[in-house]
Amino acid sequence: MEIAEAKEKIVEALTKKSKSKSKFYFNDLSEILELKPREAKKLISKLVEDEVLEYWSSGSTTMYGLKGTGKQAAAEHED
Amino acid sequence: MAKHKTPLLDQLESGPWPSFVSDLKQEAAARAKNEKNVEYQISQDVVEDLLGVLELSYKDGTTHWKHGGIVGVFGYGGGVIGRYCDQPGLFPGVAHFHTIRVAQPAGKFYTTEYLKQLCDLWDLRGSGLTNMHGSTGDIILLGTTTPQIEEFFFELTHNMNQDLGGSGSNLRTPADCIGQARCEFACYDTQDLCHTLTNDYQDELHRPAFPYKFKFKFDGCPNCCVASIARSDMSFIGTWKDDIRIDQDAVAGYVKGEFKPNAGAHSGRDWGAFDIQKEVIALCPTECMKYENGKLEIDNKECTRCMHCINVMPRALKPGKETGLSILVGAKAPILDGAQMGSLLVPFVEVNKENGYEEIKEVVEAIWDWWMEEGKNRERLGELMKRQGFQKMLEATNIKPVAQHVQEPRTNPYIFWKEEEVEGGWERDVNEFRKNHLR
Repeated sequence: MEIAEAKEKIVEALTKKSKSKSKFYFNDLSEILELKPREAKKLISKLVEDEVLEYWSSGSTTMYGLKGTGKQAAAEHED
Repeated sequence: MAKHKTPLLDQLESGPWPSFVSDLKQEAAARAKNEKNVEYQISQDVVEDLLGVLELSYKDGTTHWKHGGIVGVFGYGGGVIGRYCDQPGLFPGVAHFHTIRVAQPAGKFYTTEYLKQLCDLWDLRGSGLTNMHGSTGDIILLGTTTPQIEEFFFELTHNMNQDLGGSGSNLRTPADCIGQARCEFACYDTQDLCHTLTNDYQDELHRPAFPYKFKFKFDGCPNCCVASIARSDMSFIGTWKDDIRIDQDAVAGYVKGEFKPNAGAHSGRDWGAFDIQKEVIALCPTECMKYENGKLEIDNKECTRCMHCINVMPRALKPGKETGLSILVGAKAPILDGAQMGSLLVPFVEVNKENGYEEIKEVVEAIWDWWMEEGKNRERLGELMKRQGFQKMLEATNIKPVAQHVQEPRTNPYIFWKEEEVEGGWERDVNEFRKNHLR
């Protein structure tokens, strides 16, 4: 899968769910891409690098979200 | 004069042990004095505010920290843990108080120069407070603000040739014992293996794609000084295949009292003369030793590598010469519940530096592939093993069941024969079976 296609799929799926959810597990993303985890990781890492996605970490668990979405970014006075 | 009154914390200092409260007060005073004229990049009274928020937490009986966030360095999904105070108005110095994890050197060998450099950097760009070391083993630097993170990371990597550690759903900073650098029991070079795997698995350390955390720990011998068997998803424990080496003259020396047992440890009181029968032979868990007519004998095939005899008489007994390691998987030590010890997966594998530890990496990667595909969100490897069964893991790693996988006969529910594995197979008619056996 090309990165442009991955971006389109991820952005579309995450935007659709953005009203109820802003953070997703890695598994959710690999399911959206319909790829095995190792393959999905390459594309997802690239999307983080391209600043489409961003990591969110509780310290023990890491999740992914579209950059700038969700409460976390605004609520923690990061602006 | 302290910025906040802390009567509850002051009481903690009255106990018999050195108090972290005293340490915090000392650091708060040092920052206030600033004898080295440091141009502090975060609030100078950050530690005062930390004492204040802690006092408030004791008073209220609840935490005033929020954890989690998007903070980190660019491209890294671990190493920085967002911490925010939920009373920023009262304690502005700790409104942002992020934790940074730094990979510790293998075996925790430092030069004083390195430590000074690290502390100076953290005084400048953070609170100056450290935790040496966190329970995973890394260097924990407590408390800085968001704008300082990239600056700190640049200096750490460029000037100190050091990297961030793991956090989140990543491979965590691998940890090892001091190994062959100082310890004659070490059966392999723990530091080299730890360092090599740390470098080779940078992507797993920094870019999270696991269902949850994953820990490697390396112990040079079954004494397990880093407790890998209890607290790492994958533990590598040094062992040997041949016989324990016995120096009979040295055994006689211990019996005569010429050498102190346990290399002089536990010598705080007089335990009386050394009694080899009582202190070694009778304590062997598999009863595989005897001492008769001045000669020590060990039935090595029964030995389970408990290390007791070797620890008591280190001059006389040494691990064998055909050394390697055992791989155990699935341990975890969560704070609240569900602690689990590791299960033996690979009884013995040679530790081969020359081929870049190929055999070991093969097992590691097969385990990861299985867990990444089958693991549920926030499910540790040990939980997946329990959910799907040990046999599934053996299939995923292409490892054949061996006797060492079974704790004792007829008690291990993990391993079942399949029809194709049994010559002639078998026919099974469930309906026929149900005629005589009700559900």
